Amino acid sequence: MNLRETVRTSWEGIRSHQLRSVLTMLGILIGVAAVILTVGLGQGAQAQVAASIDKLGSNLLVVYPGSATTTTGVRGGRGTASTLTTRDATALADPTVAPDVAAVAPVASSSLALTAGASSWSTSVVGTTPSWQEVRSRTVSSGRFITQTDLDQGNQVVVLGTTTATQLFGQRNPVGQTVTIGGSTVTVIGELASIGSSPTADEDDQAIVPQTTFVSRLATTANRTTLTTIYVQAKSQNALPAAYQETDQALLTLHGVTAQTSDVTIASQQSLLQTATATDKTLTVLLAGVAGISLLVGGLGVMNIMLVSVTERIREIGLRKALGATPSAVRRQFLLEAASLGVGGGVLGVLLGVLGALALPRLLGQPVTLSVLAAAAAVAISLVIGLVAGVYPASRAARLAPIDALRSD
Amino acid sequence: MSTVEIQPEHQLPILDLVDVRKTYRAGDLEVEALRGITLRVHTGEHVAIVGPSGSGKSTLMHVLGCLDVPTSGTYSLAGVDVAGMGERELAVVRNRRIGFVFQQFNLLPKLSAWRNVELPLCYAGVDRAERRRRAVHSLERVGLADRVDHRPGELSGGQQQRVAIARALVTEPDLILADEPTGNLDSRSTEDVLGLFEELRNAGRTIVLITHDNDVATTAGRVLRIRDGLLDELVGAHRGDGTSHQADHAATVAPPSPRGSTTPVTGTAP
Repeated sequence: MNLRETVRTSWEGIRSHQLRSVLTMLGILIGVAAVILTVGLGQGAQAQVAASIDKLGSNLLVVYPGSATTTTGVRGGRGTASTLTTRDATALADPTVAPDVAAVAPVASSSLALTAGASSWSTSVVGTTPSWQEVRSRTVSSGRFITQTDLDQGNQVVVLGTTTATQLFGQRNPVGQTVTIGGSTVTVIGELASIGSSPTADEDDQAIVPQTTFVSRLATTANRTTLTTIYVQAKSQNALPAAYQETDQALLTLHGVTAQTSDVTIASQQSLLQTATATDKTLTVLLAGVAGISLLVGGLGVMNIMLVSVTERIREIGLRKALGATPSAVRRQFLLEAASLGVGGGVLGVLLGVLGALALPRLLGQPVTLSVLAAAAAVAISLVIGLVAGVYPASRAARLAPIDALRSD
Repeated sequence: MSTVEIQPEHQLPILDLVDVRKTYRAGDLEVEALRGITLRVHTGEHVAIVGPSGSGKSTLMHVLGCLDVPTSGTYSLAGVDVAGMGERELAVVRNRRIGFVFQQFNLLPKLSAWRNVELPLCYAGVDRAERRRRAVHSLERVGLADRVDHRPGELSGGQQQRVAIARALVTEPDLILADEPTGNLDSRSTEDVLGLFEELRNAGRTIVLITHDNDVATTAGRVLRIRDGLLDELVGAHRGDGTSHQADHAATVAPPSPRGSTTPVTGTAP
């Protein structure tokens, strides 16, 4: 019996027990759909995190102060020390010190209350330079960003994030209005275009003031020259490792420390991404593992049903053997039936997974990334599961003696 | 109808069994179902084997049909020794040389008549167009030309058995082996089916019919009785051509042995 005939016979076997075949495939179907969805959800979450890290800017290095050790010997975490100063930022901006650095944006920030008329809103007030806009890849939706002149003259101006502006002025255009920050009255000169959240902050809820203004009007005397963060932009993607080296070297020299006693931390977007997605990955692997187990259970279902099928069709098998079916022809028929159930379940499972991927973002607000590779792998795995599940029942069918098979009524 | 004159004397027998025994083991218990069967059947013979249930009738049918192998003795089918064959080879022998007709018809209910008839050809590796042609031809031969696409459930018992006979004929086998073919049929369908066997015999087919029904058996030219695992020739007439070919058949002649007798008396050709 050639392959085409075997396929036909197997297909007829499946079709003649429609309900049972569908129920059998259901096990595989659910398993495959679960695998596709969990992997898709995991990848979607990772893509979301990656996109939000991209929002920080491009080719970016983020310099944080290192950990501080108190007099009692308790070491703090990243950012607890006040080791980063405006001097560091100025040095890094010097092309002879760091030739691969395109721009540097020093950031000093603190959480302050903003008041406009009767509205009041507490947010992060950021003192920085005009280069912040370029380094962080931000645009203004109305008005303008702070300029070098604002910086040089210490102008009392502020650029608001969308959320901040809405909280203070509602739907009114904030540009030209005045806001009181920590006792100083400043004029709103612009509003940042919305970009949503990054892993570290709500990027739409902040107020940007010139660094000089921040230092003279808003900062406490103790931390006039301290910075919370320095954003360093490399000239290109390829220049990023060099820029990292130069930044690291420059800061070590400036601070008079060695690599072991370094009091700053330099993070790239890559390393931020890795940290942020590590937990997501663990969760995805765990969930996919659970889904994989359900796929395995589906495979056992196929095996179970194939065994029942062999027992139930013992007469048919006997007849086929009497008519000249060799043991291997019978084995092929049942193997192919099991494999078809597996693949059928796999294909339907992919369809269900795709439907789920379309529906889930609306229901949960979670993005789902579907990959063709995962779908193809799921179908291939269900084929293998079907084949493996079919081996034992098929060899039982093949071993049946024709007289035993024909005798049973 | 022009029947081919068959001269068994000058031909190899289709079936040639010598001292065939079959013993079943159930734990410590040994059951000797066949206790030395010697039988020779020639091309074109219509042989009936009668016997009550438990006589070894089914076992003999299984051995003749290559569904089971004898414990000892020799069996050659159309000149080929099949006693020592493996399962795979036996499957090929069944496919090419034997057409089965069962009491239960054994048709696959989901397949149409012609798809049932073509089944043996599938296993013989015949291509689809040729299978269809031969299956339809075979159905025409049993008078079911207008039932080609009907499923077994849409046919009467007699018609179903005729489909089964068409299936047995489709490979043009050396031997048609029918096991209680009329056991599930009413008297009209029985006549129908027996008439069909008669036609086939007239067309030169070799038929071995196994039955417990003496009326059915009398339609055959030669009747053998099996009892306690031994064969016994009742009617040895060789299709009434006047000459007795009893000697050629070398059938095991076991005189009615007293119950409990364990030593068979084996008759040999004088």
